[in-house]
Amino acid sequence: MRYAMAIDTKKCVGCSDCVVACQIENNVPIGYCRDWIVEVITGTYPNLSMELRSERCNHCSNAPCVRCCPTTASHITGGGIVLVDEKNCIGCKACIASCPYDARFIHPEGHIDKCTFCNHRVEKGEDPACAAVCPTKCIYFGDIDDPNSRISRLIKTRKWKTLIPEAGTEPNIYYLI
Amino acid sequence: MIEELIISGRNNPEIDPHLHIWGWEIPLYLFIGGLVAGILFFSALYTILGKENKYITAVKWLPISTPILIGIGLLALLFDLSHVLYSWQLFTNIRWESPMSWGAWTLLIMTPLSAIWAVSWFPDIFPKLDFKYDWLKIGLKRVISIRIYLAWSLIVLSVVLGIYTGILLSAFNARPFWNTAIMGPLFLTSGLSAGAATTIIFSKNHAEKLNFAKIDLGLIIIELFFIIHLFMGHLAGTQVHIEAAKLFLGGPYTTSFWIFVVVLGLAIPAFLEALELRKYKIPSFISAVLVILGGLILRFIVVDAGQASRWLY
Amino acid sequence: MTKNFSRREFIKISGTGLGGLALANPIFNKALGAVLVPDKLPGLYTKRIPTICEICFWKCAGWTHLNEDGEIWKLTGNSDDPHSNGRLCPRGTGGVGMYYDNDRLKTPLIRTGERGKQVFREATWNDAFNYIAEKMQKIAAEHGPECVALFTHGSGGKYFTRLMKAFGSPNVAAPSFAQCRGPREVGFFATYGEGIESPGRLDIRDTRCLVLIGSHLGENMHNGQVQEMSDAIDNGASIITVDPRYSTVASKSKFWLPIKPATDMALLLSWIHVLINEKLYDRDYVEKYAFGFDELKAHVANFTPEWAYGITTIKPHIIRATAREMANASPSVIVHPGRHVTWYGDDTQRTRAIAILNALLGAWGRRGGFYYPEKVSIPDVPQPTYPKPNRSWRDAFPGKYKLANLALASGICDATIPTAQRDCSFKGWLVNGTNLISTIPNQKNTLEAIQNLDLLVVVDTMPMEITSYADVILPECTYLERYDTIRNSPHRERTIALRAPAAKPKWNTKPAWWMAKELSKKLNLESYFPYDTHEEELDWQLKQIGSSLEEMGKIGVKNIGREYDDLFPMEDLADFEFNTNTGKIELYSTSLEDEGYDPLPKFTKHEEPPEGYYRLIYGRAPMHTFSRTANNPNLTDLMDENFVWVNPKVAKEWDLRNKQEVWLENQDGIISSNSIKVRITERIRHDSVYMVHGFGHTQKQLSRANKRGASDSELISKVLIDPEMGGTGMRGNFVTFLTEEPIKGAE
Repeated sequence: MRYAMAIDTKKCVGCSDCVVACQIENNVPIGYCRDWIVEVITGTYPNLSMELRSERCNHCSNAPCVRCCPTTASHITGGGIVLVDEKNCIGCKACIASCPYDARFIHPEGHIDKCTFCNHRVEKGEDPACAAVCPTKCIYFGDIDDPNSRISRLIKTRKWKTLIPEAGTEPNIYYLI
Repeated sequence: MIEELIISGRNNPEIDPHLHIWGWEIPLYLFIGGLVAGILFFSALYTILGKENKYITAVKWLPISTPILIGIGLLALLFDLSHVLYSWQLFTNIRWESPMSWGAWTLLIMTPLSAIWAVSWFPDIFPKLDFKYDWLKIGLKRVISIRIYLAWSLIVLSVVLGIYTGILLSAFNARPFWNTAIMGPLFLTSGLSAGAATTIIFSKNHAEKLNFAKIDLGLIIIELFFIIHLFMGHLAGTQVHIEAAKLFLGGPYTTSFWIFVVVLGLAIPAFLEALELRKYKIPSFISAVLVILGGLILRFIVVDAGQASRWLY
Repeated sequence: MTKNFSRREFIKISGTGLGGLALANPIFNKALGAVLVPDKLPGLYTKRIPTICEICFWKCAGWTHLNEDGEIWKLTGNSDDPHSNGRLCPRGTGGVGMYYDNDRLKTPLIRTGERGKQVFREATWNDAFNYIAEKMQKIAAEHGPECVALFTHGSGGKYFTRLMKAFGSPNVAAPSFAQCRGPREVGFFATYGEGIESPGRLDIRDTRCLVLIGSHLGENMHNGQVQEMSDAIDNGASIITVDPRYSTVASKSKFWLPIKPATDMALLLSWIHVLINEKLYDRDYVEKYAFGFDELKAHVANFTPEWAYGITTIKPHIIRATAREMANASPSVIVHPGRHVTWYGDDTQRTRAIAILNALLGAWGRRGGFYYPEKVSIPDVPQPTYPKPNRSWRDAFPGKYKLANLALASGICDATIPTAQRDCSFKGWLVNGTNLISTIPNQKNTLEAIQNLDLLVVVDTMPMEITSYADVILPECTYLERYDTIRNSPHRERTIALRAPAAKPKWNTKPAWWMAKELSKKLNLESYFPYDTHEEELDWQLKQIGSSLEEMGKIGVKNIGREYDDLFPMEDLADFEFNTNTGKIELYSTSLEDEGYDPLPKFTKHEEPPEGYYRLIYGRAPMHTFSRTANNPNLTDLMDENFVWVNPKVAKEWDLRNKQEVWLENQDGIISSNSIKVRITERIRHDSVYMVHGFGHTQKQLSRANKRGASDSELISKVLIDPEMGGTGMRGNFVTFLTEEPIKGAE
């Protein structure tokens, strides 16, 4: 069982619904965000192309943030979701320094915070808040160990890329391009 | 033209616009680690070489400061933690893959060891001091009898402590500037150099000062070598490493690094010490103070610059 | 379930039937309130109450979720709702911010100082209503009740409209007509006998080719449209975008035509030319349903792609290729009529060209093109007949705007300034949920009109700029704290949706229904509000259509299906009589000709920016709705200011850096009150600049919006009036850059 996310950049319009839905669902304080939208424009007018990506923690299979945590606060669940146990976190911020995606931040309460793939929803069989709210339905969430899941089929049939694969972290967010 | 921007207003405090999670606490802690490693290394080394009565300051006096320094370093570390009330959990977990964990445990072992080492010299340097309790006197005799073994373990531990301060940073491959094998040896050398410099400041023995000036000169040359190869390595690396090196070659850290660390903290002390060895009359504490300040500033700049180097955007 | 009479007859019949219902007088007990204690549903939700989003005009139905403490937690879409399909857009999701915004208006205020100086005293509701009623009656006595007008863009508008009509004034205007989609309604009505309406009868999810003229779906976040566009992309539909700016949807298009601004008409006319001359149009459809083909063909004979190239800078082979792409997809093709189409003053004619294109492609009334929506007719409460007014806003514009079928907000504004030609002007305005200062272009004109008023009442949730000129400010509670009219928008199937309160109104705010009723008491018009509570009125209305307040409180949205099986009446080329003079689709418009306007669209050359000036193009951001959300804490966290987009070549000329603050000055010498940061991007042409509308607030009370970004509305002083229906074209303004702060008082 390995949870992963596939995001179709061909449909994403960069509306940031995923950002505000995540914020409200997970009580992320205003001024902080667990996910964000990146816009990349290449070319010269009028020969242009644009990519829109909804980014968040990639829940890497070879997560440096889990490796460098001196307590067991940063850990991987059975489904491959990387979580931070607030009660074990001492706030040393080694995990923030070790994440090449800059996906973590310091919560005002002192512990480290980041995207949790809405673990509390996934446990009940629901999609993460971002996937559930996306108006273009471009965020797919599922088990890539299951060959029949929607996400497995998408990864087999569509062209995709991950972010900075050369950093060696084995990220689990696939951007369909 | 490539335009890349975040359009959802991300501005996580201390993360954006670029990382600034570690301020003065971590560089200070790293410097203290290096300094303690240097002091204890030389103290143990000259004990093993039988020169404990020749270099009294290095071997017998300076180790007194080490438990106090370690205490200050630990305090700095605690100040840095954002979830301080839970910090005791550092010592209920050993995580082999986490340099942070290593550092915590190394310091935990070093503190009592350095205290015992320092106290073991008290009969020599405070002859009139009366140890009131019998168990203290017996313990002291025991310690002095196994002093050689203590010295060897201190050599190993101080090298580990010195190198660890660099490896802590180099293990974060997400920060390209730190991600080089030279960090460890560089910080070790810098720490030993700081230890030698401290000896020069506090020593009253001219022979000792001269000896450590020689050692310091050698260490500075090695350090300069490491720094040059640090940048050569980065410039021969991937794009992100080249960008990281550029921070110091025309970027925001150029002036502060090359002037304050390399010129004032390494080149000029080396020059002054060379003159000293040529029997010119130079007050030796000038170069020593410059070395110590240079070491401190080196760590501040390295910790800051590493956070500015990144893979994305 | 088909019936035998035609749609047009049905429209006639339904209009007459409902005036004669007997007065029902049910007795409700207080237990009715208990009905709306929300159900505790199993599973994920703690408690949820149905609501309809008020942030934009798509009116998505959804649920307000409460947390364990019973406070408003989050908003989600109602999966039975065809507007949202269970997913709210970012503004809807961020709607909780509107409720929790502490800068909201809290209590009624009455002006004590000079108008515009913002010196108010707190008043009780009773005081406020007395003041308003007194002034209204004075105006009625001195000038006539018709001289009080209502501007409304909020859901409570229906109740204020009832009050206005009961008072004797027919002058109720929504800015959405003359400032926004009016031209497309008039243009399509003239062609097909029906308008587009809202949300809009486009079958985007089944289309094979979507042609967007300036529409920036994706930045324009009208929920259902963006969702259906995503479905269309999944199904392999191609998109053709015509836009001088590289919009989000342009980046997803098969063809992006970077057209020179203000030349769209030439492109449309040459497309018509290509479709006709290369015989790509739907011959059977046109033969069966269209009138005026030969006149059209003769009219576009010279509008070749080569001719259009010289005007639009779009290469001829691209014009032909896109025409073929459209024709290939026919009949599942949509040339999008747009939404905000008041651009250059020839907007009715431009949307006529779009309507003609759709007819040639055989898209109207067929799958993947335009469907025939249905809506539920909700009876209004039993009340006395409205008094017959002696005059209306039309009398202020004799012989003008003859095709306007709704009141012009800008027209009422103009008719408030006394002139020698008129014997009276408007004396009192009631403004509900629209920040007129940003809405109506030519702010100077609006402010002059306001200074001539005897009474200005503003009903709003936030202290927007319009409130600073009010005589009386009535604070409305947000949509999460109130009931409102039942939504019965037209769609593929008939649905009704309920908005119910999830929390008590904060501070001393009240819902519009209550305000209208209380004001009616002061005006002796209470008989038009026969029910004591809003719940009673809504329950009565729902019971008339086979539902009830209790049922709607549980399900939120009820789908009643269609009455007629004619979603796509032209699919199989069945007989059909259109609601036009000829009974056919009028490619050549007889109704326009009758009123003295051009029956076929002509190309007009529009003014170009002078040297050193750039055309001001404005648009939307998906996380905001005009100025309505500029202070919302959740949404300002995403975007808290707008930027002026500048082409890199222009930036180099002016030596501008990214994020540099500049001030904008327009061709009439008007300088923006606030500075705005520059965004240097290749996405905008060298002859234009672009900014998102809705920023540049100057109200100190809006703590998150004050002084953030600049206001494009301020800089729209030249208004290009559409002669057919009075639409205010806003894209004929040009700006230049000021890199240093202008000296105050210099304007």
